[in-house]
Amino acid sequence: MEEIRYIAATGSLGGGGLEPRYLEDALKHQPHFIAADAGTSDAGPFSLGTGEPAYSREAIKWDLAAVLIAGRKANIPVLIGSAGTAGGDVHVDHVLDIAREICEEQGFSLKTAVIKSDQSSGYLEKLYASGRIHSLDPAPEIDAGTFARSERIVGMMGVEPLQDALAAGADFVLAGRCSDPALYAAMPIMRGFPAGLAWHVGKAVECGTLVCETSGKGVILGRIRQDHAVIQPIGGSTLRCTPQSVAAHSLYENSDPYLHKECSGTLDLSRSVFEQMDDGISVKVTGSDFIPADVFTVKLEGAERAGFQTIIIGGVRDPYIIAELDSWLDGIREKIDKAARDVLGDRLERQDYSINFHVYGRDAVMGPLESREPYLPREVGIVFEATAPTQELETQLAKISRQPLLHHPIDKWKGAITGFACLHNPAYLERGEVYRFNLNHVALPDSHTDMFRTEIVQLGKAQ
Amino acid sequence: MTPLADLTSLIRSKNAGPFALTFDIMFADEASYLRVKKSGVLTRELFAEMFRTPAAKVKFFECDNALAFKFSIPRPRNSGDLGDGDLHGGQQFAPLLGIQIP
Repeated sequence: MEEIRYIAATGSLGGGGLEPRYLEDALKHQPHFIAADAGTSDAGPFSLGTGEPAYSREAIKWDLAAVLIAGRKANIPVLIGSAGTAGGDVHVDHVLDIAREICEEQGFSLKTAVIKSDQSSGYLEKLYASGRIHSLDPAPEIDAGTFARSERIVGMMGVEPLQDALAAGADFVLAGRCSDPALYAAMPIMRGFPAGLAWHVGKAVECGTLVCETSGKGVILGRIRQDHAVIQPIGGSTLRCTPQSVAAHSLYENSDPYLHKECSGTLDLSRSVFEQMDDGISVKVTGSDFIPADVFTVKLEGAERAGFQTIIIGGVRDPYIIAELDSWLDGIREKIDKAARDVLGDRLERQDYSINFHVYGRDAVMGPLESREPYLPREVGIVFEATAPTQELETQLAKISRQPLLHHPIDKWKGAITGFACLHNPAYLERGEVYRFNLNHVALPDSHTDMFRTEIVQLGKAQ
Repeated sequence: MTPLADLTSLIRSKNAGPFALTFDIMFADEASYLRVKKSGVLTRELFAEMFRTPAAKVKFFECDNALAFKFSIPRPRNSGDLGDGDLHGGQQFAPLLGIQIP
């Protein structure tokens, strides 16, 4: 095999934006597989915590049907990673159910490898006790109880489980949490193409057409050879990759533009060279390295419940309150703490709840990173946010908080004031359970296969 | 002196995972990129001061082939955690716009 080719269908399967005609165009290049990433941690910890995908079922079905139909048409495997946003077992089952429905409707029969990546707290506790959970930088503090406290923890797979699934002859590989570029690197590396180019092109195409100068509707064709690789956009006439756009894409959402850590090693782009191809829209890549790691590691992502939350949205227009906003808010906070102690003290300790004021118009967006230059806005929007262990306690706390918010005095005015303009009636809004990410760590398993479980299932009627 | 915003094609911030913020300062032409690079104004120490982060925690890169500067810092509050006001980290770059380049 001189060249391996593949279609990067989309950077977010489930966004609902896939256009089948561009997949059709790309099939003319006789690709060897199609892949798409369906997840991200950018959606926040909620999806991992609750098990709910961030995308609608209908949109996932639209995109998934498009890639499965293209895969059947060319009789090539389709790989989907980080199913259902967070890639937990429950997310994988959700997407598997959609795939089953598509197969029935289309009359497909798909040998499907389902790879799950949830991690049990018992397993991780054993690794932790033997010093085989290492922190990345920066990482939240953890202790032996972190794993049991977590609602869900997933391990991020590399190429190995995907390669095993492909070797087993899967038509469709549906993976839990997965390194995005691994989806594209798995088959090229299996077939003996250089790991540096395979991982690098995977990295470049994993967000679909975002690698282009101006992103738009379309797909990306990756072509890998022994000595170079090519990234070629296929879509509307405005899609164009340039050496700068491909180089720049390796900056996107990465803290280091040159070194990218994977389970089995590190992709090193510091000597990569990008050249424009004669067609004016494709880019040739050479010089990318992959440095195998001495120790195989699996990145962990975990979410734990931070509590139940209730918010009150309102604003302040009084310039005298705005001029002393911090001390006014501190006074409100003290009153709330006292009222909570008096009224809920038998059920709610101070360390069990938290109160935040987000002051829009001043520093809500940047918080502690905002500049300290003195500045008085005409009005400020305030989101009062209180979080407690149960929704019932939480709403009691919010109700207690409304009076101090409304009527806390300032020195300037001598009578009773109403200093906070509530947006809603009732003033409070129950937000339900909220989560936080609690791990930025890697696990060191005994073997490549310890942390991922593959099951082969037949979707649709067996032929 | 020219503000950095007038020399760039894109200045952006974004999460690099839930625990870090990364900032990209990008240029449409090599001349503007080199003007900023040769000015020596953009340094790890400048970003450390602007974003109240110890210099040792700031990663700073000059990416010649991408015509871009990049720096990354730990998030003061993790993405989506209690008190965080920018889930995706996309609105943290504004202080960079006015940096004066000779």
